[in-house]
Amino acid sequence: MPILALTGNEAMAEAMRQINPDVVAAYPITPATEIVQIFASFVADGRVDTEFVAAESEHSALSACIGAAAAGGRVMTSTASQGLALMHEVLYIAAGLRLPIVICEVNRSLSSPINIHCDHSDTMGSREAGWIQIFSEDSQEAYDSVIQAIRIAEEAFLPVIVSTDGFIISHCMQRIQALEDEEVQKFIGEHKAPYSLLLNKTPFTVGPLDLQDYYFEHKRQEIEAMMDSKPIILRVGEEFGKKFGRTYGFFEEYRLSDADTAIVALGSTAGTARAAVDELRNNGIKVGLLKLRVVRPFPYKEIAKTLSKLKVISVMDRSDTMSTMGGPVFVEIRSALYDEETHPLMVDYIYGLGGRDISIEEIVEVGEKGEQIKRTGKVDKLIDYVGLRE
Amino acid sequence: MVKLKELPKNAHLFTGGHRACSGCGASIILRQALLVAGENTVVAIPTGCMEVVTTIFPYTCWNVPYIHVAFENAAAVISGVEACYKAFKRRGKIVKKLNFIAFGGDGGTYDIGIQALSGAMERGHDILYICYDNEAYMNTGIQRSSATPKGAHTTTSPAGTVIPGKPQHRKDLTKIMVAHDIPYVAQAVPSHWLDFMRKVEKALSTKGPTFINVLSPCPLGWRYPPSKTIEISRLAVESKFWPLYEVEKGVYKLTYKPKKEVKLEEWMKLQGRFRHLFKPETRHIIDECQDEVNKKWEVLLNECKE
Repeated sequence: MPILALTGNEAMAEAMRQINPDVVAAYPITPATEIVQIFASFVADGRVDTEFVAAESEHSALSACIGAAAAGGRVMTSTASQGLALMHEVLYIAAGLRLPIVICEVNRSLSSPINIHCDHSDTMGSREAGWIQIFSEDSQEAYDSVIQAIRIAEEAFLPVIVSTDGFIISHCMQRIQALEDEEVQKFIGEHKAPYSLLLNKTPFTVGPLDLQDYYFEHKRQEIEAMMDSKPIILRVGEEFGKKFGRTYGFFEEYRLSDADTAIVALGSTAGTARAAVDELRNNGIKVGLLKLRVVRPFPYKEIAKTLSKLKVISVMDRSDTMSTMGGPVFVEIRSALYDEETHPLMVDYIYGLGGRDISIEEIVEVGEKGEQIKRTGKVDKLIDYVGLRE
Repeated sequence: MVKLKELPKNAHLFTGGHRACSGCGASIILRQALLVAGENTVVAIPTGCMEVVTTIFPYTCWNVPYIHVAFENAAAVISGVEACYKAFKRRGKIVKKLNFIAFGGDGGTYDIGIQALSGAMERGHDILYICYDNEAYMNTGIQRSSATPKGAHTTTSPAGTVIPGKPQHRKDLTKIMVAHDIPYVAQAVPSHWLDFMRKVEKALSTKGPTFINVLSPCPLGWRYPPSKTIEISRLAVESKFWPLYEVEKGVYKLTYKPKKEVKLEEWMKLQGRFRHLFKPETRHIIDECQDEVNKKWEVLLNECKE
């Protein structure tokens, strides 16, 4: 296995090179620009034989991906922030047409105010679009997840977004255990689309008008596909682990088995939270970490099973729902626990919007507050903010 | 070359049973184009009249592969299909030659889709984009577009007591396409069917992006009896409102030259959307439209070296 020093963007581009898709249609945007640039150089140097479409916008990039995927191709793109927002309309269409497109996404805040740094507003804002969503803690996970995403998308007939955190992962170099090109090709196999605008013997219609008669049934099938994707995600993650030594599931537990309280985090913050958990444990606080990886489909049952026995859950949300009920992860986990017999006390911590850094000390404080809530049985502030001047 | 006696033998790939209004110009255009293009064709259509009337799950009137995605992106979608075709060809998955055609209305082409169209043309995909220009957003109930002629009544440029219809002249999209330096651009109408079909044939045999702008009379939006679609098409050409020409590798050529003088108002007076202009206080708008047509015709003659 080649050991490489790669940034998150380089790792994702490297995975794309090894996948060697039929078509990549993309548009540059900070902090994902490098993925498109690096891939364009792979094309220019003949290191892939992908048809590269340098689109004039993200909307057209994903639209071209939809055309190419409906033509039966293995198709990928990359974007971030405003780019994902501009794709919003066609995100739903890609999912509704059940096309296995993979987006290498770099999490970045949404304007306004304009800001190029990391938070999860962009990706979380696309939760309802019908895409499987996988977050990455570091470049290694991003690399591994992009390769798995091809399999997941093509088996589940649903598109997949794999994301890293803008600049924190996308621009930071890390040691990566890469796979050989042949290993990647063998793992993903050949894409055999059940329908192709180009290869089908009898012509067929993609995207007909679908009114009161059938729309509901088709959307229900899409929901079913999302439910069916859960075992696929687990199977692909396990197979990846068996072959290459790194197993993936919906989430990762760290020192949770004997914990009284838990911190929930996703993306790059999970690494910081792991260090904070170690420090809190050294101080005698029985806290663990749940690192969420798959946000769509949301692993409700699995999370509820893991967290319901705990006394306090502190959720770290790097975006807000603007519902005044906290961030998206908080809302989903709270809902997941509703049917459980025991209900932990819960607090949401909104942090890191627009790339505001989060420190180990700040997460230690979150853990200490959790311990205090455990002792008093009282939640003073349901939704709190970390690292904010108020 | 397209020949009348050969055409009836061609398969009907755009079949009957669709729900277009009687007298619809666009459906005639699609049928004529597909008679020439043949079965080895993939079609992309943006949201609009032709999307709504040609499909409803589980029915379709398309006997060729067809894709609809959204309103503003037919050019991007067809460029993706064509990109995949290139990849498949390179990888030995497909051998046969295919045509890639997008059919968009003026809303999806002149307005909301112009960015995707411009991008696809600039990137040089081997595609034909045919605009069926019915001069307003007919699918949503006759709202103005940048293709709506000056003075026309639409529901968002109504003939009011203060403002008599659309205040602006129409956008010349054909010229915008010519400015992209693509190998073939043309204007056509359904009445001059042989002219149009030969243009489709020429466009499809040209390598690279090609564009044909087809005036598409709409009985409902233009307010005329459905039986008059072809007559109105013909008058649009005779009055020089819609000259028939092509631009091949930058060289302009008039493909039909009207023989006698026909005033623009002869065309306008058949259409209810211009009715309010035929009053003493608004007649000057008809004159302004005539002046615009004259001016553009002179420019075109010059370009065609006529």
